[in-house]
Amino acid sequence: MSNETPYTQVRVSQAHDSACQQVAGAALYIDDIPEPRGTLQVYVAQSPHAHARILQCELDDVAHQPGVAAVVTLEDIPGVVDVSCIHAGDEPVFAQGTVQFLGQPIYAVAAETLDAARLATQHARIEYEPLPAVLTVEQAMAQQSFVLPPRKIKRGDPDTALQGAKHRLQGSLRTGGQDHFYLESHISLAVPEDDGGMLIYCSTQNPSEVQSLCARVLDLPDAAVKVQVRRMGGAFGGKETQPAQLAIIAALVACKTGRPAKVRLDRDDDMRMTGKRHAFVIDYDIGFDDQGLIEGVRFVQKVRCGYTADLSGAVADRGVLHCDNSYYLANVAVESYRCRTNTVSDTAFRGFGIPQGVMGIERAMLDIAQHLGLDPLEVRRRNLYGPGRDQTHYGQTLSNMILPEIIDQLVEESRYDERRQAVQAFNQTHRYLKKGIALTPVMMGISFTRLHLNQGGAFINIYKDGSIALNHGGTEMGQGLFIKVAQIVAHELGVGVEKVRITATTTEKVPNTSATASSAGSDLNGMAARDAALKLKGRLSEVACRHFGAEAEAIVFQDGHVQAGEQRISFEKLVGLAYLERTSLSATGFFKTPDIHFDNDTFHGHPFLYFAYGAAVSEVLVDTLTGEYRVERVDILHDVGRSLNPAIDIGQIEGGFIQGMGWLTSEELHWDDKGRLRTHAPSTYKIPSVGNRPDVMNVKLMENPAFRSATPYHSKAVGEPPLMLAVSVYQALLEAASEVVPRPAMDAPITPERVLLAKPMAGAKQACAKGLGREEAATLL
Amino acid sequence: MRQAVHFLLNGQLRRLEAFDPTLTVLRYLRETEALLGTKEGCAEGDCGACTAVVADLHEGQLRYRAVNSCIQFVAQLDGKALFTVEALQSQAGLHPVQQAMVDCHGSQCGFCTPGFVMSMYAGSLNGVKPQRQAINEMLAGNLCRCTGYTPIIEAATRVLSQAPQPACAPAALQQQLEALPKHEGFELEYQGRRFIAPANSEELAQVLQRHPDATLLAGGTDVGLFVTKQHRSLATVVHLEKIPELSQIRQEGGGVRIGAAVSYQRARSALSRLYPALDALVSRVGAVQVRSMGTVGGNIGNGSPIGDMPPALIAAGAQLTLRCGSEVRSLPLEDYFIAYGKQNRQVGEWIESIWVPEPPANAVYRVYKITKRFEQDISSVCGAFNIGLLYHGDIPTVESARICFGGMAGTPLRATGCERWLVGRPWNAETIEQAAAILGREYTPLSDFRASAEYRSLVAANLLRRLYAQTVGQEDCAIAC
Repeated sequence: MSNETPYTQVRVSQAHDSACQQVAGAALYIDDIPEPRGTLQVYVAQSPHAHARILQCELDDVAHQPGVAAVVTLEDIPGVVDVSCIHAGDEPVFAQGTVQFLGQPIYAVAAETLDAARLATQHARIEYEPLPAVLTVEQAMAQQSFVLPPRKIKRGDPDTALQGAKHRLQGSLRTGGQDHFYLESHISLAVPEDDGGMLIYCSTQNPSEVQSLCARVLDLPDAAVKVQVRRMGGAFGGKETQPAQLAIIAALVACKTGRPAKVRLDRDDDMRMTGKRHAFVIDYDIGFDDQGLIEGVRFVQKVRCGYTADLSGAVADRGVLHCDNSYYLANVAVESYRCRTNTVSDTAFRGFGIPQGVMGIERAMLDIAQHLGLDPLEVRRRNLYGPGRDQTHYGQTLSNMILPEIIDQLVEESRYDERRQAVQAFNQTHRYLKKGIALTPVMMGISFTRLHLNQGGAFINIYKDGSIALNHGGTEMGQGLFIKVAQIVAHELGVGVEKVRITATTTEKVPNTSATASSAGSDLNGMAARDAALKLKGRLSEVACRHFGAEAEAIVFQDGHVQAGEQRISFEKLVGLAYLERTSLSATGFFKTPDIHFDNDTFHGHPFLYFAYGAAVSEVLVDTLTGEYRVERVDILHDVGRSLNPAIDIGQIEGGFIQGMGWLTSEELHWDDKGRLRTHAPSTYKIPSVGNRPDVMNVKLMENPAFRSATPYHSKAVGEPPLMLAVSVYQALLEAASEVVPRPAMDAPITPERVLLAKPMAGAKQACAKGLGREEAATLL
Repeated sequence: MRQAVHFLLNGQLRRLEAFDPTLTVLRYLRETEALLGTKEGCAEGDCGACTAVVADLHEGQLRYRAVNSCIQFVAQLDGKALFTVEALQSQAGLHPVQQAMVDCHGSQCGFCTPGFVMSMYAGSLNGVKPQRQAINEMLAGNLCRCTGYTPIIEAATRVLSQAPQPACAPAALQQQLEALPKHEGFELEYQGRRFIAPANSEELAQVLQRHPDATLLAGGTDVGLFVTKQHRSLATVVHLEKIPELSQIRQEGGGVRIGAAVSYQRARSALSRLYPALDALVSRVGAVQVRSMGTVGGNIGNGSPIGDMPPALIAAGAQLTLRCGSEVRSLPLEDYFIAYGKQNRQVGEWIESIWVPEPPANAVYRVYKITKRFEQDISSVCGAFNIGLLYHGDIPTVESARICFGGMAGTPLRATGCERWLVGRPWNAETIEQAAAILGREYTPLSDFRASAEYRSLVAANLLRRLYAQTVGQEDCAIAC
């Protein structure tokens, strides 16, 4: 029935549902909600050491400072002390006995003002015995310091393939971490309820997890804890597991004092105290033939996880799953080490290990091309998955693999071949300036790798005046999930999207939800909402059948009306009739992703419902005297199946790309040898600014009418895949740098310093041009 | 002196007395006025989420400036009008700036959005051109983590192509502002702490005699951070803005004299008339919000080894004038910087002005700023070159040389050895290579999170090579100033 309805509400661009409030400054974030009477402000005191034993902790004087209402410590916890999202037992609310990273919460002070709370901490007497700290991947590997056991997977016979290959190269690269830098830092407001329960307003992607962890810590049933969020000021994975601890600290204060309590981190504390993207060290060993076809490859991925497991197992697994990017690897081995360091625990970040996995194989592609004197694009094309080469190293057979078409179309539309020649000509005629151009693809599997998370729930009420209130388990962090799901409901009920009232996510309405993560928000929640809408539509149809004296097949919901043949009444009128007929106008909806399975022990199965594809061409201009550079032009062609909302999808692609570019270029997390993060605010940590947006940036959606899947109207996920397109910027910079240094070793982020100081990677084939701007520059001038 | 401040908030008169002298505008808006559209993203003037627009009368003309409300003190608003995002929407609906952001899909999470709206609003009132470079400059102080900026640039292009639409009729606003007391000083006291705004140098001298430990406040782009980042409690803040002598720019002795409290924005045109290269440099000092309040005098006064103006002005041969009561002394700017954290300023003394001479004939003056990110970033190295060349035949001879670097030592420091080598020698590749080698040995820079010592040394030498390449006609050898 629904497929017969013209697509007036979905597959069309609609503005973000909050756009008008946002531009007016009227959209409320948690810090904007009127504070309940008596709200206390909470300051979380942090460890000044990366690793130390707490010898003594005397806080009496803190509690007696002016304005202080309570000091909260481990001793105030009625239930479980651990807030690990996987119940690993490694993440106490406050440090227990030892501190494990600089910035770890030790205790919290609640006062009438935040200034008073912060000032009071100066009166704490805490004695530490500093212990040796593990700060780097290398130190962790040397000490076999891991948060989880290593994973080793293999397909085929990589050793034999490598030994037998005509050409073989080894290399290594590092990818740095990345701070989420959501503009709204972490915040929670806990309000005690009169029945012993707790209401928590929390900027979280994962209300159900905050609920259940908070209930465990407070020793309450889940049903006694309510978690609500209308919108976040950005999240990007940073508010998947990280909000729980802070929400719980607010709840502990509320519990102890009987007063509402707010924890709001300022930017510096947010950056020091909460997790980031995992830094990787990737070693690779690759064997290939004269055509550049990969015969065997071995990756060692050393993942810096910080001090707890958190989501690091799943992140590292994603790095292993996507070490192929989009290339067929017949013989492959991957070793993945989950290194434990005395740094803040790393966590989910848009891409979730995939960008790092992709970086390894894409670097190898460039090495192969340069070794053989081929265009890297040619090497990439030859190695793509294709007919007879369509099973991944974890056993999933690909479908709707449209990368060859995407690449062909992008090459044509971006005039890649012509521009590559122009780049070469430019490099011949310019002494100090060099250009690079690169095309890289992305292929990302969509579904949570933990099977049980692939479920969504929704709840729709229709009131007797015909107005519709929509609720579902997904959270809005700016990505446009709410408008997309509202569009789906509007489409099914044949009304305009403005008729669907979007409500805050709350554990009270839809229980046991998964985090809004893994790009699956609109797939899971959209399908669940569609299920609820179809139930209501079915009930309303029965009423309409009786009213019109028509068969169910004849009833059409469209343009705010319901009709059968020539007969037609407004949606509101039909709802009124349904109410009088005593029809239930409330429905829950549910969805579980079909046809996915994965054996975590053998690392084999069919973990993904489908794959999203895309490709980007980036062109850069590098100043070889200083290492400064500009990204001059970017062309993107990306597959979202049949887009639910093209404007929102393009926004995700553009935003994801620029965020990925930031990760690979200017965003540098710098820890000193004491384990202090020295780049903990925008003055020192540089995310892309407006001028970093390339002067030319063409973004297009790939037409993909053939895609069929259990997703809303055959749309595809869009949140994370475009981030990996930024690898094209990294590759273009490598190509430009290769004009000066053969096979440059360049870790990400590629700051101007890394460009200028790039050294040839071990095994570089020959010297190309002399290294301008270095010591040798003298002889060339 | 008055004991209250007067300002207009979204058109409404506010008169405040006895309040925290370092209360920031952002906290005041959110906590006292419950105007919640203005957001805190960083509390250090680097993200722009808190951007609001200040209007005041400057030389009788209405002037609009985008400012970071997170690092401005409420007391600095005295005599001015503040507009927040709430002022833009009218009964008729969204303001054209807001509508353009909606139409172009310019908001995603929306947290940065009010700040962008206010920056665009100020830009629109100030006649910013709807061109990419101008838009970049207008919005460089606003960070967005969601959109990748494309739809925001589109919205800005659209808005700047239309006639500006002030939220308050300019004539009425001018009248309101004229009605505020502003040329007299004021003094606030609250719980033993003070904010004093002397009206002239005599008052300033008296105040500093009474409070020798006072913190001098010009634009507040540094001092604001003492409060928001270092959580310091400042006992006495003395605001310099109302002192006419400190806000003057005047031609003098074949150069220009710039008062210590002149903002970057105002100094920019005066300086770039003498040294065109300074236009591009100043455009990369902070962003609009910082340049509209931050001052050249403050950038010198804070003694930072990585400020951009000191190396540029030292290379130009600037002289600094300091005053203590009625005593005035002048010294070469480089002599002001004694060591890291130590400047040549006595108790009770203040910077009055900076005199910048015009460049010698045949001088090549260039300044290069090296950062991780082009916009709104602090230099890892800033190199300024002022080379006088005497032309006779094909290859000129170096007649004079002033070279100064920031980021290479604990203070802005001249490359005296390199300068000595250059003077009298032919301006050719051989000379440059020798000079670059000397330059590399002259400094022992630090490694920190901005750059390593190795990078700093290499870049410093390469900037000399860049300068040479540009003087011999290879203008396209660099991608930035």
